[in-house]
Amino acid sequence: MKIEFVLNEKKQVIQVDPVSRLLDILREDFELTSVKEGCGEGECGACVVLMDGKAVNSCLIPAGNIEGRHILTLEGFCKTERYKIIEESFLKAGSVQCGFCTPGIVMSTESLLRENPQPNDNEIRDALSGNLCRCTGYNMIFEGIKLAAERGKGLW
Amino acid sequence: MKDSISKPIPRVDAPAKISGEAKYIGDIRFKNQLFAKTVRSSRAKAGIVSIVKPELPEGYFIVDKDDIPGINRMRTVVSDQPIFAEEEVNYIGQPILLVVGPEREMIYDIISKIKIKYRDETPIFNLDEAEEKGAVFTEYSYSKGKPEAAFQDGLKIIEDEYHTGLQEHVYLEPQGMAAEYRDNTMFIYGSMQCPFYAEGALKDVLGWGSDRIRVIQSITGGAFGGKEEFPSLTACQVAVASLKTGHPVMMIYDRDEDIICTTKRHPSIVCYKAGLDRKNQVIALAIDIKFDAGAYSGISPVVLQRGMFSATGVYNFPHLSVRGRNFMTNNVPSGAYRGFGAPQTIFSMEMLMHNLAIKLGIDPLDYKIRHLLERGEPTCTGGKIWDEVKLPEIIEKVTAMSDYRRKIQSNGKYKGVGVALFLHGCGFTGNGEQLIKGKIILKKNGGTVILKVSSVEMGQGAETCLRKIVAHTLLLPMEKVTCETIDTGLIPDSGPTVASRTTMIVGGLLRQASLELKDRWNESDNIEVSRVYRHPDYLRWDNDTFHGDAYPTYSWGANVAEVEIDPITCEIDVKKVSAVYDVGTPIDETTLTGQMQGGIVQGIGWATVEVMNPSKGKLKQHNLTDYKIPTSMDIPEIACEFIENPYEFGPFGAKCAGELPFVGAAPAIAAAVSNALSVPIKNIPITPEYLMELDKHED
Ligand code: FES
Ligand code: FES
Repeated sequence: MKIEFVLNEKKQVIQVDPVSRLLDILREDFELTSVKEGCGEGECGACVVLMDGKAVNSCLIPAGNIEGRHILTLEGFCKTERYKIIEESFLKAGSVQCGFCTPGIVMSTESLLRENPQPNDNEIRDALSGNLCRCTGYNMIFEGIKLAAERGKGLW
Repeated sequence: MKDSISKPIPRVDAPAKISGEAKYIGDIRFKNQLFAKTVRSSRAKAGIVSIVKPELPEGYFIVDKDDIPGINRMRTVVSDQPIFAEEEVNYIGQPILLVVGPEREMIYDIISKIKIKYRDETPIFNLDEAEEKGAVFTEYSYSKGKPEAAFQDGLKIIEDEYHTGLQEHVYLEPQGMAAEYRDNTMFIYGSMQCPFYAEGALKDVLGWGSDRIRVIQSITGGAFGGKEEFPSLTACQVAVASLKTGHPVMMIYDRDEDIICTTKRHPSIVCYKAGLDRKNQVIALAIDIKFDAGAYSGISPVVLQRGMFSATGVYNFPHLSVRGRNFMTNNVPSGAYRGFGAPQTIFSMEMLMHNLAIKLGIDPLDYKIRHLLERGEPTCTGGKIWDEVKLPEIIEKVTAMSDYRRKIQSNGKYKGVGVALFLHGCGFTGNGEQLIKGKIILKKNGGTVILKVSSVEMGQGAETCLRKIVAHTLLLPMEKVTCETIDTGLIPDSGPTVASRTTMIVGGLLRQASLELKDRWNESDNIEVSRVYRHPDYLRWDNDTFHGDAYPTYSWGANVAEVEIDPITCEIDVKKVSAVYDVGTPIDETTLTGQMQGGIVQGIGWATVEVMNPSKGKLKQHNLTDYKIPTSMDIPEIACEFIENPYEFGPFGAKCAGELPFVGAAPAIAAAVSNALSVPIKNIPITPEYLMELDKHED
């Protein structure tokens, strides 16, 4: 079936099987490999992208559901001012170890700060509840997000 | 401390990981590449009677034992696991063959048409059955003092038994490996900790020399021991597939497959017979350690050794006997996992001391303090504690940070606080470092320096720390010091990235080489300095009797955990962990804090939510829905501090660090749960069912 959607601000028309996963379309057809597969069943958040501004697990989204939607991956987001703030805050706070969870966490962070530019500790925990990280133990990611919210005041 | 080595700098690998540009093995495509998928045993123990293969469409291949040009065994400590099964299978998930081809759908279709006929045999599923049948892979023992005589001497005898469960690594990036045979050479790319382990295995399987093999590490998305020996297996499989098909072959596991067939932490049972004198001091101790090694022995003998040499934790018992056995079962093979056998025996030791203290009506921390090792005293293997032991300072700090002394008195029911003391032996066990003789090279090229090592970045911060050691010594900015690509064709073998040895051993060699380079800096624009590891002269080790210094030195720590238990559901809420560590000198405080935080949380998982029980050799939990690891909602506040205790032979005084935090978390939590419910905890994971069961017995 033919599907039209917006990917990283660009209109795309593709021919796909409607049940194929958004994750595979992004990784295989568009070579957007920031989107990772950690579990393929909605448990780990490594595949998080934004759909109309909201964080979703792309492994759970069938192609049929993206018709007319705006999809944002880290490849698109990393050109923004807000990304720069997140990057420098994550660097400073030591939020990254093996990095496999990181793209998904960056996208969840963007989704959180869009909704809630000054989140408290519980709101940060809650926003990351779908992103597993096996390396950091999370606290230093929370620090990175807090720092981003602080340094990026006014950007979100 | 301006300009101290410990002052944090941004990690060199982080920017590409944050922006998503970092390419892991699954993000790479080779021209004309084929995919591989493994067909596995569905039986725990069986003979293979026949394999009926369908006719293959063009461009598709089946790769199995008959395609191996060399030896069909994976080289490791005990090279007993076949690369592809031969006449028999010994666990569910054992690899039998690969189906290789361009389209995944077609591969699945072919797999569905392969018919394997088995002749079932009687499997062994747990330690009790294995012991009954005498299915022992390895048995070791050692002793200190005169344990037999001491037990005859009118001591009060207390016996006890402790259990720990399976644990899956859940590195977030599943295993992945690719092979490309070209120019008469096998190129291997993949997620791994130990490129030279893979090279060694490939030499056996291909029957080639290292001149025709190149192993190149791709960015590795977490490992924790799970990518220590296991990738040698997949490297050999894809290599044989690439050789047969003439195409690059890529094999990426999905999560289910990864959980089903990769190595796990050894389940353990540790039994004690403790002899107490009239002052209730433990004078004699007999320890019997049993590990479930699974279906193949593999790396398990050394895991058992570390478990045995860490078995007395931070204590000194004058009379000691330790027996250790690895048992053979038909479970998935156990392997390396952060702590390497020591977390099991130290958990058990800490809980023994805790439970003894409670039984005797003594405060657990005071009872532990009465038995502490001190500098100059013998280690459990009759070596010597050579360096300063700062446990008293560590304990003082952690109790102050957590207000432990007050809380242990005043906590009400369902609220608990517990303390654990622990150590970790730095570097390889026994004579491992002398056997491996790690080598490093530093090369000056104009104003820049390149360091050549085989220690890999796998998330722990190795690249940043090693470059920092060299840059700091040569007073160069970080950008001027780079690492050679991890490619066995370009780097010397400085040993595997395991045993918390990277900073202390490899970093130590780099520090020495940088000092030499600094002296000779003006000699020329091109200078090469190399170093080979030499064991400090004063250390002694006899590998036949297990006598002497099992480790060059130790890192130390103490944790205080605070928990609340839900009175209805019995669920454990870990509220806070306070932690103090002596890792010598931290090479980078932020990176080290990251290791500590992450290690503690993995330990919390092992102690509480990470339940994995095989039923008849089949794992009941084989995805992340069933096998829970801690999420952002589960983790406590963690306060973490370091005390300085520089080690003479470590770079800037650094000792080992990566495994240490894992060791302490579980016993601290178990002690806190015990305190909250006034029950002795002897098993982990501490599930609500286990607590309800205990509660019944108490009533
Ligand atoms: S890959 Fe989508 S949630 Fe794990
Ligand atoms: S940094 Fe490794 S999983 Fe998060």
